[in-house]
Amino acid sequence: MSTADLVASAVVKRFASHTAVDSLSFSVERGSFFSILGPSGCGKTTLLRMIAGFLAPDSGDIAIGGNSMAGVAPNRRPVNMVFQQLALFPMMNVGENVAYGLARRGVKRAERMRRSAAMLERVGLSGAALKRVDELSGGQRQRVAIARSMVLEPTLLLLDEPLGALDLKLREHMKIELKQLQAAFGTTFVYITHDQSEALVLSDHVGVMNQGRFEQLGTPQDLYYRPLTPFVASFVGANNRIVGRCTARHAQIAEIATADGWIIHAWVHGTVGVGDAVEAFVRPEIATLARAAADLPADQPRHGGEVQSVLFDGANSAVLLQETKTRREFRISLPQTGLFSDLKPRDCIAFGFDPARAACYPARAGSAGQDA
Amino acid sequence: MLEGGATSRWHARLTLGLLLAPALLWLGALIILPHAELAVLSFRERIAPRHYAPSLAQYKTFFMEPLYWHVFVHTAVMSVIATFMTLLLAFPIAWVIAKLARGRAGSLLFIVCLIPFWVSETVRTLGWMILLRESGVLPALLVKLHVTAMPVELLYHDATIFVGLVYSSLLFMIVPLVSSLESLDNSLIEAAYDMGAGGFAILRTIVIPHAAPGITAGCIVVFMLTLGNYLTPTLLGGKNSQWFTEQIYAQFITRFNWEQGAAFGFLLLGLSTALVVLGLRLSGQRFGDVMRRT
Repeated sequence: MSTADLVASAVVKRFASHTAVDSLSFSVERGSFFSILGPSGCGKTTLLRMIAGFLAPDSGDIAIGGNSMAGVAPNRRPVNMVFQQLALFPMMNVGENVAYGLARRGVKRAERMRRSAAMLERVGLSGAALKRVDELSGGQRQRVAIARSMVLEPTLLLLDEPLGALDLKLREHMKIELKQLQAAFGTTFVYITHDQSEALVLSDHVGVMNQGRFEQLGTPQDLYYRPLTPFVASFVGANNRIVGRCTARHAQIAEIATADGWIIHAWVHGTVGVGDAVEAFVRPEIATLARAAADLPADQPRHGGEVQSVLFDGANSAVLLQETKTRREFRISLPQTGLFSDLKPRDCIAFGFDPARAACYPARAGSAGQDA
Repeated sequence: MLEGGATSRWHARLTLGLLLAPALLWLGALIILPHAELAVLSFRERIAPRHYAPSLAQYKTFFMEPLYWHVFVHTAVMSVIATFMTLLLAFPIAWVIAKLARGRAGSLLFIVCLIPFWVSETVRTLGWMILLRESGVLPALLVKLHVTAMPVELLYHDATIFVGLVYSSLLFMIVPLVSSLESLDNSLIEAAYDMGAGGFAILRTIVIPHAAPGITAGCIVVFMLTLGNYLTPTLLGGKNSQWFTEQIYAQFITRFNWEQGAAFGFLLLGLSTALVVLGLRLSGQRFGDVMRRT
């Protein structure tokens, strides 16, 4: 493994009785894009504020660029942060905003202006130095916020859900731009978000955080194709969640029966014995549709359903079925070929999926019996 | 239809007029009329009993007589210093109320600042006299603590006037400061801190520029109150306090020279206007922006 720019070892932070960050250890490689993905209240903001230095861990250590940051104030850390609401200084123009950190370091005015102009050019805002902050569009402000941090050449750039305030179209655009900026600068980015698509698109590695811990740390592909826990399976990407009991095991494949008697098969992760409560997840895109059951692959268990609604969304179109026997909702992606574009509600259709690609986990405490 | 439109427009105008009437009456009867009368008074001279002629004599007296000049400048300088001292004292208090105290604690602190104003200004000032006079509480305490051998007279100094002025104007500085500091986004402070700024740099580059309209508004209000204050300088400063309002009082009441008093009144109005304009120029603020913040 190459050098790590950020190493957290057994970091703990408690607020009153609530443990926000629970003995977390991880490291982020130099030059990589690392995301922390989790629902609100999972502790990701607390973790980021500890890295920036606004909060001190109760125990454990955070090292940046190989040096422990214990007792180092935020203004002395080789870390800069892009704030959620960007926090550009309205009392200064764009150039002064970008030059702010340099001025605090005692860089001379002429040099400061030269470097801030060069940085603005790098983010595609050359000539905007004299504009007021409120004259910029949302995307331009985003770039100023990044330029303001990057001009200080930090070891680590922290980003606190900076795309949250933008509208959808701009968010999609800024996602691509952020990834290109990170590649161009080569700086280590630590990005926190609750949006799984941002995390998947942008990151080299993602830590999925829940209740102060990482449920899984891996590449976006790992999280999507090989989720280790039911939390990751349900949080990352769309998934059909089926709760039931394991009724039989054939090697790694479990036969699962729901309370209302639907039988499915899925690949076991963790330890599942016959009779155990389980949660199974089937991604909408692994299931295949067919007009007649005979058209489905012969080696897959076959199911039937009635179309409830067609969810047309271009390339992400899907159909929402009700399984024939139990009337359970089941979502299946429509193929890009347009083969099933004439589906209508109340059509009856057959479907199947490869059990090896569906995942089955021991049920989480307190979640048995609930359906997603 | 046309007539209906005209009627409703007329109704709207009547409503607006009625709503504005009390304010216009107040402005006209209590501010513009007396000032017009004072202006007339200040520009005339008594040449014989019951006979007056237009003249600039009253203003000439002011410029020829060094005592009046001296008192005028003394009042202006003291008021500027008192305003500045109030600002220095009010800023940390406003910061605590706006940024550090949470929820109830903030409003409680605000009420603590307000409570002294339930008591009349005269009584408050007399309270200071009880504390500070030679036979008062503080000199006795100083003797007991062996700081001074004999009780000292703490009244009738310029410093005593400052204490009284700052005390009575503190709230008028705190209110606009709290409202302008409350509107300062904490993440701006954190962003500055994150980019290497220390406490003083954050204050200078972020907090003060953001709070500038509030600071200016507070300073204008406090300066005007201080400059026009009569009670505090007279009671705490004694006969030698040389406050310009005392000169106005003396001309009107003691000397019965209303013409001179009116001229002094206008000079004071000119002085406060000039200093406020100067203050706005120096801080780069616009009057309209500042007044919107108060």
